[in-house]
Amino acid sequence: MSDEVASREELLKTIDYVPAKQDLYKPNLEFRPGTWNYPANPKKAELVDLPYPREWNPTDLDWKLPENWKEIILKGMEERLDRYRSLRVYLDICVRCGACADKCHFYLGSGDPKNMPVARTELMRSIYRRYFTVGGKLLGGAAGGRELTEDVLKEWFYYYYQCTECRRCSVFCPYGIDTCEITMMGRELLNLVGIGINWIVEPLSNCFRTGNHLGIQPHAFADTVEFAMDDVEEITGVKVNVPMNKKGAEILFVTPSADYFAQPHWYTFLGYMMLFHELDLDYTMSSYASEGGNFGLFHSAEMMKRLNNKIYAEAQRLGVKWILGGECGHMWRVIHQYMDTINGPADFLEVPKSPITGTVFENAKATKMTHISEFTADLIKNNKLKLDPSRNDQWKITYHDSCNPARAMGLFEEPRYIINNVANNFYEMPENTIREKTFCCGSGSGLGTDENLEMRLRGGLPRGNAVKYVKERHGVNILTCMCAIDKATLPAVVDYWVGDVEIGGIHELVGNALIMKDEQKPRTTDLRGDPLPGVEGSEEGGE
Amino acid sequence: MYDTSKIVIGIIVFLAVFTIPFWYSQVSGDADEMPEIVIAPEAGDQCVEDVDYMRAKHMDLLNTWRNDVVRGADREYESDAYPGVIYDKSLTDTCLGQCHTNKSEFCDQCHTYVNVEPGCWECHNIVGE
Amino acid sequence: MSTLFGVILPYAAIAIFILGMLYKVIKWGKSAVPFRIPTTCAQEETLPWIKRKPHEKLDNPSNNLAVVGRMLLEVLIFRSLWRNTRAEVKADSQKLIYSGSKFLWLFGLLFHWSLLVILIRHCRLFFEPVPWILDVVENIDGMLEIMIPTLYLTDIAILLAVTYLFIRRVVFSQLRYISLPADYFALLLIGGVAVTGVLLRIFFHTDVEAVKELAMSVLRFSPEVPDQSISWLFYFHLAMVCTLLAYFPFSKMMHAGGIFFSPTRNMANTNRVKRHVNPWDYPVKLHPYHEYEEEFHDKMKQAGLPLEKE
Repeated sequence: MSDEVASREELLKTIDYVPAKQDLYKPNLEFRPGTWNYPANPKKAELVDLPYPREWNPTDLDWKLPENWKEIILKGMEERLDRYRSLRVYLDICVRCGACADKCHFYLGSGDPKNMPVARTELMRSIYRRYFTVGGKLLGGAAGGRELTEDVLKEWFYYYYQCTECRRCSVFCPYGIDTCEITMMGRELLNLVGIGINWIVEPLSNCFRTGNHLGIQPHAFADTVEFAMDDVEEITGVKVNVPMNKKGAEILFVTPSADYFAQPHWYTFLGYMMLFHELDLDYTMSSYASEGGNFGLFHSAEMMKRLNNKIYAEAQRLGVKWILGGECGHMWRVIHQYMDTINGPADFLEVPKSPITGTVFENAKATKMTHISEFTADLIKNNKLKLDPSRNDQWKITYHDSCNPARAMGLFEEPRYIINNVANNFYEMPENTIREKTFCCGSGSGLGTDENLEMRLRGGLPRGNAVKYVKERHGVNILTCMCAIDKATLPAVVDYWVGDVEIGGIHELVGNALIMKDEQKPRTTDLRGDPLPGVEGSEEGGE
Repeated sequence: MYDTSKIVIGIIVFLAVFTIPFWYSQVSGDADEMPEIVIAPEAGDQCVEDVDYMRAKHMDLLNTWRNDVVRGADREYESDAYPGVIYDKSLTDTCLGQCHTNKSEFCDQCHTYVNVEPGCWECHNIVGE
Repeated sequence: MSTLFGVILPYAAIAIFILGMLYKVIKWGKSAVPFRIPTTCAQEETLPWIKRKPHEKLDNPSNNLAVVGRMLLEVLIFRSLWRNTRAEVKADSQKLIYSGSKFLWLFGLLFHWSLLVILIRHCRLFFEPVPWILDVVENIDGMLEIMIPTLYLTDIAILLAVTYLFIRRVVFSQLRYISLPADYFALLLIGGVAVTGVLLRIFFHTDVEAVKELAMSVLRFSPEVPDQSISWLFYFHLAMVCTLLAYFPFSKMMHAGGIFFSPTRNMANTNRVKRHVNPWDYPVKLHPYHEYEEEFHDKMKQAGLPLEKE
């Protein structure tokens, strides 16, 4: 853990829900290290034609804004008020009942009153009132309006990058006001005057050029996939093959790039490969569309569209019938709620149909893209997989619903069905912290940087607390999830708040349990290379 | 997507519901169905108290009378508006008996008009009914 | 004076209310709904063998009928507010503790339902002859049959609810922090209407027959202030109601209309089933495959990846 962050006890002591700063409308300009992200690298911003690329620093007094920044922001707001009913309605109708307040992980972990979703939105709502409503124009502050100043903009930067667009507040809001919509607009507006963070701009810039966030070029992509094939062979003795950029395959498989380049995603990636091999699936991956994730979502609707376009374009070029998507969170927000609208219709594809079970995925009739957990759950239901759940007995498992598949899709049962079929020890976290009430890892929506670690740990407090609960109660030692950002950032969060709990993916568990036809000898290790408990005596009747 | 048709339907429903009282008053009843109060010819030219007071607060007066009589056996009421004039605290004998002999044309008209159902008649028998 | 408060003000307030409502709703309606963004609060409809309970079908609607159901639950019984909990870090135990918190739901519900019943009860002054349904409402509301005239349950409820809603804004520091003058104003205004209404009903009677004559004359567009005197308290009550009406469309009270426009609640989660069209969609700068292959041609070739152009 980073030396700069206080100990658990110290951090907890700093959380005070009694607001110290009593004025909601006085901009808070405290840019404490550990609570914000570095600005966008101008070179990366230029590559994707972002406006006003420049070197600047949040702690500087002068943010080097363009001269007419105010005009740009207000014009941008006006445009977005006409484009997004969500924005206009949500700015109009909040009654400040406060039901959202203690639902936000950042508020719970920081106690900063402006992290209450209602307050976060008031930061923009006050500007809306002042410049776009009669009352605010006439009465100003008395009607809850305030002047748009540079300080307000700086505050926007601070707080719109302290929201992970997780939508938990929207579950509890009596009108469904979704702070995610406000944060998205806030970020779009900031980007109009060249204020963005590098952890978002660099990945999307990379992705635009190379096809994935990490900037992995095609040959390196091929290399890493080959490493994975070797890993599978080493563990199972089975030589699998991953087709790449193969024309005429039936299925295009798209997964977040972290799956083939980061830990602990890697084990999930091995799981996919083993599964596809076992099924003898006619699929291909693509180096051009080698990213399921989409950091454009965290930047602007336009950037999301620019990046997402590659998936359908590549499906069309390769002539596949349908698309299968890997384990990811925000990727599925884009695919489920945006892809068909921004880059469809995908008339050149067919309604996804499992070649193994014949199941037609009617729920993906238009978008033509199926989630791997839907695909795998269907296989298990139809008895198409030979599974040995005891090969996951080293794990006491809990499952973290990722924000986007939970609240922007409703993917709850499939992963649980899979876990219960591939493993023996599954324990749910408390009811307030799972399913539609799940808590964000604290690092979503492009905030998962080291420089932002304190804020991430604060945001991760509710999740950490829930993991600690099941660890103490049931001895849980792995937190599984279906989100690349979760897998990348939860290790730090769980280390800090709990300790001794691993992070893993669903298809890692599937890979562990999967009995493959071509396997000659019993497995001695799991996909992590750790020895399986009691391997000697437990294999009779396996095949 | 704008959902224009749904919004238009919504607006029509809102306007329709909100303006029902306007339509209803146009199509129902006469414009001048205001209660016409009938007072018995033998009645005097003044009530227990002045007219404005009686119109607004007769129920309060009757309520006080009832309590006075039932709980305190106090039957004498001296008018505020007409000092020195004493009345017997009795709905049946004083009010209905002496002046407002026609309940349906005096009491009921207004009560129906403003939709109140006083509990008076649960006990007080009306002469002639 | 009575003409100003009894005739001019009500007409003005009703006109502002209707025009204001139309203005707001049309303004909202002219904003596009580019994306389908329901907040999904239960399992989605996917594989046929994944069974969903009835409430799950409403919390994650897969068709328009279910959306109607979801909206009804939201509007009639405040479904989302029912979920409310309280969460707090207890520093001593180092735990985040959740506790049930249904007071906001309860008093919110009492407040809104009371308002509705009170509004319906007032219709006796706007309808002639009075429809029988109003008797039913009044009899249920007055079922306690205590005091003369009967004390209404909703009168008690609304006073309790307004008091609670006001006090929580003052007492809880977080709520005090987010409360604006407008929040207090709205509560005080409705509270004022309620208090004067109860005073008129229980303590300071005025000539109701005259009030109804006034109301009916206004409704018939032949306003006439009755000769009989109507108390100043009544005009005060009426003036506050008029203020409320005129203020309504431009205030947070527009959540009444706004909830029907909330895209996270009023859309079915048919995202991957049906195409949703963004009316302002525009072409964007892309990085097509051929440009990509051009840039990485040699590396791709070396890695043995298939190419369009050898």
